[in-house]
Amino acid sequence: MQPVNLNEIQSLIDQFANKDVYIHLETTNGSYATHVDEAFFNAGAFIRNAKVRYELGKIIGDAPSRVGLKLELGWIYAQGITHYELDSNKRLLMAGHDHQGKLAVALQISETPFE
Amino acid sequence: MIAKEKHVLVVFPHPDDEAFGVSGTIATHIQMGTGVTYACLTLGEMGRNLGNPPFATRESLPEIRKRELRGAAHAMGLTDLRMMGLRDKTIEFEDDEKMVDMIKDLIDDVSPSLVITFYPDYCVHPDHEATARAVVRAVGRMPEAERPKLHCVAFANNTQTELGPPDTIHHVEAVQDIKLNTMRAHLSQTAWMLKDLEKRLADQDPEAIKWVTEERFYTYRFDQGYN
Repeated sequence: MQPVNLNEIQSLIDQFANKDVYIHLETTNGSYATHVDEAFFNAGAFIRNAKVRYELGKIIGDAPSRVGLKLELGWIYAQGITHYELDSNKRLLMAGHDHQGKLAVALQISETPFE
Repeated sequence: MIAKEKHVLVVFPHPDDEAFGVSGTIATHIQMGTGVTYACLTLGEMGRNLGNPPFATRESLPEIRKRELRGAAHAMGLTDLRMMGLRDKTIEFEDDEKMVDMIKDLIDDVSPSLVITFYPDYCVHPDHEATARAVVRAVGRMPEAERPKLHCVAFANNTQTELGPPDTIHHVEAVQDIKLNTMRAHLSQTAWMLKDLEKRLADQDPEAIKWVTEERFYTYRFDQGYN
């Protein structure tokens, strides 16, 4: 993965607009957060292979950046994006990795379902 | 002294779950000539250690962890490794009876005299808990006389208070190098931890030495539920 490049990511987001795409969206603190610190309130969310179509997508702000997708009837967004990659399957993988190198958020867009 | 078994079945949800608390025991059984089957339910697809700068993506991690799991099996001398094809962090949402059937099929296939898994309610991660419940149910439903021994790993913060001390402690100094190599095989997930551990071992830190030379198990008590 590469550090966020706003122009390149914006152009990739544009390429998936107005098409049926599959979304992986994830936020996580890890399953051990409350084991390590009992005062920690652990929360996260995960969705894989939601099929959507967005009319407009944007990346905003120097990394950690925010990415928002405007759907016909709703929204998808992620914050904390630090890295991206267009992988060999032409999927746009965006992720936010914290200072210890742990993934905290992921937003991925693909024209084919994720395995 | 580790008792000689007819066959050992190890069931954990993630590649590397076997490394920390059980790999010395597995290696010892294999050295004694006992067959060991390791059923690993997921590929740890949702692991968070991806590096910064990243060395992997959410999509490339499963292949890396599959390779590491094979490397860990090789380090322990284990030849019957079964990857069960579930997805990390979803096991508790699978149908509970389907999970019991999966474990029952494994037991029927390899006829273990000893099964090793986590201790339900004392193993922290939701996948650990769901795996432990399925194993305990599958074994608990067997006629009592036919049940294999069931050794469980417990590490929740309330373990000592509620379960007391473990009833089985294996001293695995003789295979300590194998155990460390098993942890090293899972490098994508253990690099940071190993750096700290190896330094503490070099400094003769008694807690670190105990951590790699003692493996602690609780024999499951079937009066506790999950039938």
